[in-house]
Amino acid sequence: MPQYKQFPLPDTAEGLTEAEILTWHVKPGDTVTVNQIIVEIETAKAAVELPCPWAGVVTELLAEPGQTVEVGVPIITIDTDPGGAAAPAAPAPVAAEANGTSSGKIGEEMPGGRIATLVGYGPKSGTAKRRARKDSGAPAPAAAVVAPPAPAPVPVAAPVVQAPAPVAPGGYVPLAKPPVRKLAKDLGVDLHALTGSGPNGVITREDVETAVSTPAAPAAAVSSVDNGTRERRVPIKGVRKATAQAMVDSAFTAPHVTEFLTVDVTPMMELRARLKNAPEFRGVKLTPLAFCAKAIILAARRTPDVNATWDAAANEIVYKDYVHLGIAAATPRGLVVPKVRDADRMSLKELAVALDELATVARDGKTSPADMMNGTITITNVGVFGVDTGTPILNPGESAILALGAIRDMPWVVDGEIKIRKICQLALSFDHRVVDGQQGSQFLADVGALLAEPGIAMTY
Amino acid sequence: MSSPEQWTHPEPDAAPAATAAKPTAEQVIAGLRATDEGGADLVQLLTPEGERVSHPDFDIDITPEELRGLYRDMVLIRRVDREANALQRKGQLGIWVPLLGQEAAQIGAGRAMRQTDMAFPSYREHGIAWTRGINPTELLGIFRGTDQGTWDPVEKRFHPYTIVIGNQVLNAAGYAMGQKFDGKVGDDEGEATMCFFGDGATSQGDVHEGFVWAAVYDAPLVFFCQNNQWAISEPTERQSRLPLYQRARGYGFPGIRVDGNDVLATLAVTKWALDECRHGNGPILIEAFTYRMDAHTTSDDPTRYRLSDELEMWKLKDPIERVKVYLVRQQWADSEFFDGVEADADKLGEELREFCTNMPDPPAERIFSNVYAEGNPNLEAQRDEFLDYVSGFAGGEH
Repeated sequence: MPQYKQFPLPDTAEGLTEAEILTWHVKPGDTVTVNQIIVEIETAKAAVELPCPWAGVVTELLAEPGQTVEVGVPIITIDTDPGGAAAPAAPAPVAAEANGTSSGKIGEEMPGGRIATLVGYGPKSGTAKRRARKDSGAPAPAAAVVAPPAPAPVPVAAPVVQAPAPVAPGGYVPLAKPPVRKLAKDLGVDLHALTGSGPNGVITREDVETAVSTPAAPAAAVSSVDNGTRERRVPIKGVRKATAQAMVDSAFTAPHVTEFLTVDVTPMMELRARLKNAPEFRGVKLTPLAFCAKAIILAARRTPDVNATWDAAANEIVYKDYVHLGIAAATPRGLVVPKVRDADRMSLKELAVALDELATVARDGKTSPADMMNGTITITNVGVFGVDTGTPILNPGESAILALGAIRDMPWVVDGEIKIRKICQLALSFDHRVVDGQQGSQFLADVGALLAEPGIAMTY
Repeated sequence: MSSPEQWTHPEPDAAPAATAAKPTAEQVIAGLRATDEGGADLVQLLTPEGERVSHPDFDIDITPEELRGLYRDMVLIRRVDREANALQRKGQLGIWVPLLGQEAAQIGAGRAMRQTDMAFPSYREHGIAWTRGINPTELLGIFRGTDQGTWDPVEKRFHPYTIVIGNQVLNAAGYAMGQKFDGKVGDDEGEATMCFFGDGATSQGDVHEGFVWAAVYDAPLVFFCQNNQWAISEPTERQSRLPLYQRARGYGFPGIRVDGNDVLATLAVTKWALDECRHGNGPILIEAFTYRMDAHTTSDDPTRYRLSDELEMWKLKDPIERVKVYLVRQQWADSEFFDGVEADADKLGEELREFCTNMPDPPAERIFSNVYAEGNPNLEAQRDEFLDYVSGFAGGEH
């Protein structure tokens, strides 16, 4: 007989409550062995590989890559005795609380929804599991129940009973004794929504129990698609959320100025063609981006302001004698900006190799959080999308970002005659707190000149 | 204007502050330096390439059978470590503290001890536990949070794991002073104590105090420091300006740096040190120069603070491979032997899995059971109140 076992998502680091599925290394039908790596997950702390607990055949994957799964929720079904009779349908999912690996929440929910754990603060976890008290008792004195806000959409694949996500309305902590907090958490009651009937407004056990027995207004409507409105609601999280936060932070703290320059890059493209045939560039992917990176590094030497940081807290401008060059990359997981460390010490060839590696790692979704930190200046290559230019928003903490547009054959006036040339638009956004128009213009003009005539680099 | 100290020190404000996410340039350099050989004073008897070399002060006669035994110990304890690490990733353990890379340091030191010697471990000493005859399954409860180690420390001569950094050095110093006071020191039949701690612990006050007390009372104590180069995310250069073994000089006892990835050298140096202690010439500090190949614990992500080059360099110094090469070259072991050890390791791994997945949850009253040796009315009242509270939940204890 086939025998199905389900592997619940473990807490891999003392007090985590959820993790994101990154990559499955197995698919239904695969034979697996004990300790074979089956999946890579990303927690708030690290990307971690999970080994298979049993030998057998994979029946079903219960979570999609990109999905955030609560600790304790099954992620894979494995048939540990595949030699048996014809396989029936997959078994009913095991409720998470039936196994012993419930999450290690040690503390209370903090304002903002993060939970204090043994080793710090876990990721935001909006849902609570239900576990009934033995005797819930008769309805007790009424407590005013504030209608909870509309339910947040929850990934539908999670097979546990999930209560609507409580939204902490403010910074205050509701007054309740620990057993009552525990009860509320088990029953999925948001203490913020209750008014206590106890002395000094303390929320009592009865208040919580009453809140549960009162018909809840918005019940378990967790579907994320409402056919009536023809709208689709997608939870904001992960890279999308981080990107949004970074962009808002940047747009509303740094006064942006954007300047544009159209450049004839024919000489650069000719040089590129020659170098591609040179033996030392054999096998190197030499892109216009690499030239642009080199130009930025050279130009930043003359205008160090664009490679500086406005440190409002210290009331200082931090000039950096190094360039950690950020490259905005579109990946399946969203926008990430990995860095080429110490790009200023690299030759053109080294830069080309580093950029290629960076892109590969980013596309594979393997860019680690550390790879994305502490950049000093960024290029966004909008040209790869066939776009001419844009007004980029600064990466927070940096003072300049350059958009590299598509390189097109265009009519251009050369020595009084119209010729067909390779034309490219550059757009530079800079933080006007750090960089004035003069420096910004100088920098952009320098970058343009280097791309228009790479030989200018000899003069640097 | 400027003192001599300032000539050699960098200005304190010149170094940018380190953050958890990004090591300073200084830390990176420190990490790279750590990958260098342990220096001229490093005692080594078996090179990473499996070449047997001699040392003027420390050497060892090892029989083929003994060396096969050490090899087997290291392979088995590595399997225990990997299996327990996997059990954590399967949700069966709350945390695991990997010893990967430190097998030779632990097996060499552990096998140097006699049954009458006493050992005080930190929390990564799975290899030492193995040499004290403790079944690896007895370690699992500690990391599942169900018990604090089930062995009898008196019978096994192996103190319970100490989680607080450096704390056990004081315990060990006191114990070794006791051995001295009890007249168990002075000849070949003398007793000695070993205390295990890491490079990070050397910055603890407890370790300093232990060094002082053990020194002034001539305690028969071998301080065995496994310098695995990283105290979680801090490199050794954040612990000391001079090599750790040289610290012993300041306390007035010998300090020796041994290749902690060389089981023969570790065994030889530790045997010598224990013999010195038995005869009343303790204490002695041994710095086993090794490397933590995995994370600090399963909750740690070392890629955030150390470079993969460093790991790659240490892979070449693997403690097990060099012994295997030597055994083969000497024709002291054949493929039948190696296959047999592998099979034993597989079996051990399976036992560990079996034991761990079937481990019962301890009853709630266990929390109160080992607080005092005898009954205590306050504690009993607390226990009853707690059990009453717990029984109010549907579905049992937690």
